[in-house]
Amino acid sequence: MLDDIDKKIICAMQDEFPLSAEPYREIAERLGIDEVELLNRLKKYKQNGQIRKMGAVLRHREVGYSANALCAWIIPNDRIEEIGQFMASKEAITHCYIRAEQPEFRYNLYTMLHGHTRQECKQMAEELARETGISEYIMLFSTNEWKKTSMKYFREIE
Amino acid sequence: MLTAFDKALLNIIQTNLPLDSRPFLVLANQLGTTESVVIERLRTLKENGYIRRIGPFFDSVKLGYAGTLVAVQVDADYVESVAEAINAYTGVTHNYEREGQFNLWFTLLTPDIETQREILSYIGNLPGVIKLLDLPASKKFKVSVQFTLE
Repeated sequence: MLDDIDKKIICAMQDEFPLSAEPYREIAERLGIDEVELLNRLKKYKQNGQIRKMGAVLRHREVGYSANALCAWIIPNDRIEEIGQFMASKEAITHCYIRAEQPEFRYNLYTMLHGHTRQECKQMAEELARETGISEYIMLFSTNEWKKTSMKYFREIE
Repeated sequence: MLTAFDKALLNIIQTNLPLDSRPFLVLANQLGTTESVVIERLRTLKENGYIRRIGPFFDSVKLGYAGTLVAVQVDADYVESVAEAINAYTGVTHNYEREGQFNLWFTLLTPDIETQREILSYIGNLPGVIKLLDLPASKKFKVSVQFTLE
């Protein structure tokens, strides 16, 4: 279970990470705790999977991946595990989730595809369809970004 | 333009920012340079927009949050007002207009499932909303936005 210090730490870690020699000490000072305690707690979150990654996320447009598509697939239940893992192994796929199929929207595997162009995304999906033998899929290209931000966990405790 | 050094630095820092008192010194040693060069380059890459965020990326489910992807079919005349109402929630991190029958797609994280239900019921009843699909993930094979720069 998370205690109040954990929540304070998680909340503070959503702020800009200091680009200085001792960033964790700066954060710890702001929180009024010891640097060693902050590092130990962060290591604990990483060990138990509460932190899934400690690092940087790039803006994919700036590094050359300017097109992306949400691609949803209709996969038979007995193949979903195998195909989910196969798609997740592709570098151009950054997200791969099973979601329950709906009566009016029967897709059950959702992938986020990244490419340099829209055409490249389409070709990738065609290739994945060929490789898996799955022909029913839909590509949902975005036409407008209304919001894109990082989650601010435990903001309510501030 | 990214230099070969920038790419090497970004490839390392995308997967591992050390949990060490001097994290940039650790990276500098791996890259055969100095701590101050690493810090300077990261500042520049951040300022120039290559880096979106540095720090920990949390697993929302393991922090106790409920998450879902929601597809909404909205009357074309109401897209803006519905999108703005959706954006008003802190737990909405992504909200995209997309081609197809369901033209707004957003992700929602809430501290509990009751809050999620309340929000979805509110959005489902907004003027212009024709249909709403709640698509929670039952399994995540991959959640990582990582690119190897060559």
